[in-house]
Amino acid sequence: MANFPSDLLYTKDHEWARVDGNKVRVGITQHAVDQLGDITLVNFDLKVGSTLTEGAAFGTVESVKAVSDLFAPLSGTIVEINSALDASPELINDSPYDKGWMVVIEVSGAVSGLMDPAAYSAHVEAG
Amino acid sequence: MSDSTLRRTPMYESHKALGGRLVPFAGWEMPVQYSGIVDEHHAVRKSAGLFDVSHMGEFVVEAERAIHLVGELVTNDVELLTDGQARYTVCCNERGTILDDLIVYRINHEKVLVVCNASNRDKIVPHFTEALKGRAKVTDLSDKTALISVQGPEAMSLLAAAGADGRVQEVPYYYFTDSVLCNVPCTIARTGYTGEDGVEIFCPWTDEALRIWQTLLDLGKDRGVKPIGLGARDTLRLECKMSLYGNDIDETTNPYEAGLGWTVKLDKGDFRGRDALLAIQKAGVSRKLVGFEMTERAIARHGYEVIDAGDNVVGTVTSGSPSPTLSKNIGLAYVPVASSAVGSALRLRDPQRGRVSAAVVVKTPFYKRSK
Repeated sequence: MANFPSDLLYTKDHEWARVDGNKVRVGITQHAVDQLGDITLVNFDLKVGSTLTEGAAFGTVESVKAVSDLFAPLSGTIVEINSALDASPELINDSPYDKGWMVVIEVSGAVSGLMDPAAYSAHVEAG
Repeated sequence: MSDSTLRRTPMYESHKALGGRLVPFAGWEMPVQYSGIVDEHHAVRKSAGLFDVSHMGEFVVEAERAIHLVGELVTNDVELLTDGQARYTVCCNERGTILDDLIVYRINHEKVLVVCNASNRDKIVPHFTEALKGRAKVTDLSDKTALISVQGPEAMSLLAAAGADGRVQEVPYYYFTDSVLCNVPCTIARTGYTGEDGVEIFCPWTDEALRIWQTLLDLGKDRGVKPIGLGARDTLRLECKMSLYGNDIDETTNPYEAGLGWTVKLDKGDFRGRDALLAIQKAGVSRKLVGFEMTERAIARHGYEVIDAGDNVVGTVTSGSPSPTLSKNIGLAYVPVASSAVGSALRLRDPQRGRVSAAVVVKTPFYKRSK
């Protein structure tokens, strides 16, 4: 049984969200990292101040083998981007829930529609 | 294809025990990586790696003049091989496009071993059988032959540690010899797909193959020898600009544009595809497979488009990946001859996302080992 941090929420696209008031920090899960392997490049199509729509692609994460889209878990405005990933994308491999965070989204309404760790774990187990 | 129909090699349980991530590949369940593609890649360049390539196809052609009959179906001058010598070649159709790339091993004048890609086995074995009908006996040995590749600067010392006899140490590049490893009779060839020194070990499709695999792994542990998956196999071969069938070459490409003109010996006598290849050579090619390096932060992948200044598609990327050895993002693409010179600027577009990135044509191979 996979083990995912209990203080985070999750999406079916294997992203995590750390909710802190109206700010939501976003990254990808250990499961996503395991699937991707060595991460070599992260690209954000949007800048700080850009508006995000839930479910829309906002960038890509690339491993040696493949490129995967990043999907916005929530609608809102990007208020921070982890620029350390430009030079050190491997931070995502080494520390997916901490130093490997990707963006912070400021949301206007309540956070809803995300999975709790148990639901996400079941989602991963179901493949 | 459902997982239950995927085939497994004798090393399957070992791949699982080693933490290998198994994926479907050409009808097989094969490890794409164990410790990680980058880590495995460096292990092969610095020490040595073990590859289970048992999925490859092997068949034997037997006839009085077997080597000449094989020569009718391939472009390279295999007729010049001596006993115990091997040669890389392509195998073309009548149109001069590539059915497969092969290694031809002359066991003796009457018996020739051919190794083909796993993905092409069901095409190539019948192709040879049909073409040589009534003249040669073609026997598919793929289900009886396991293949273990040992590649890297430590490969030969690892083999010595495993008790390989002197014949193995002395066998030159692209030659092969019978040998015994772990009390198992096998054939050991000084060939590979990584740009490093090393061998490929043909052994029986039994637990004996697993025993050789396990012995080499155990002996190699202290030397930094690692098991290597398909992922690093791809990055290793790409750095050396070795073609990958289905990516860089296929039935829509001819050997001249693929940079494999050196394998086409038009003077050797008639062979399948010769007329078409002669015409292509005379007319000249319109596109060439070139190596490129990204000049901005991006990785171009198989299927990305080469576009001109007006955004028209003028070519295609066939392979692309980060190069762990060079710490650059590299790849191969078919480009118009006018854009094929070293230093030419290329614009590469991700067809799915529309992103355009810049690259430049560079000299290949990207990597060459110092001898």
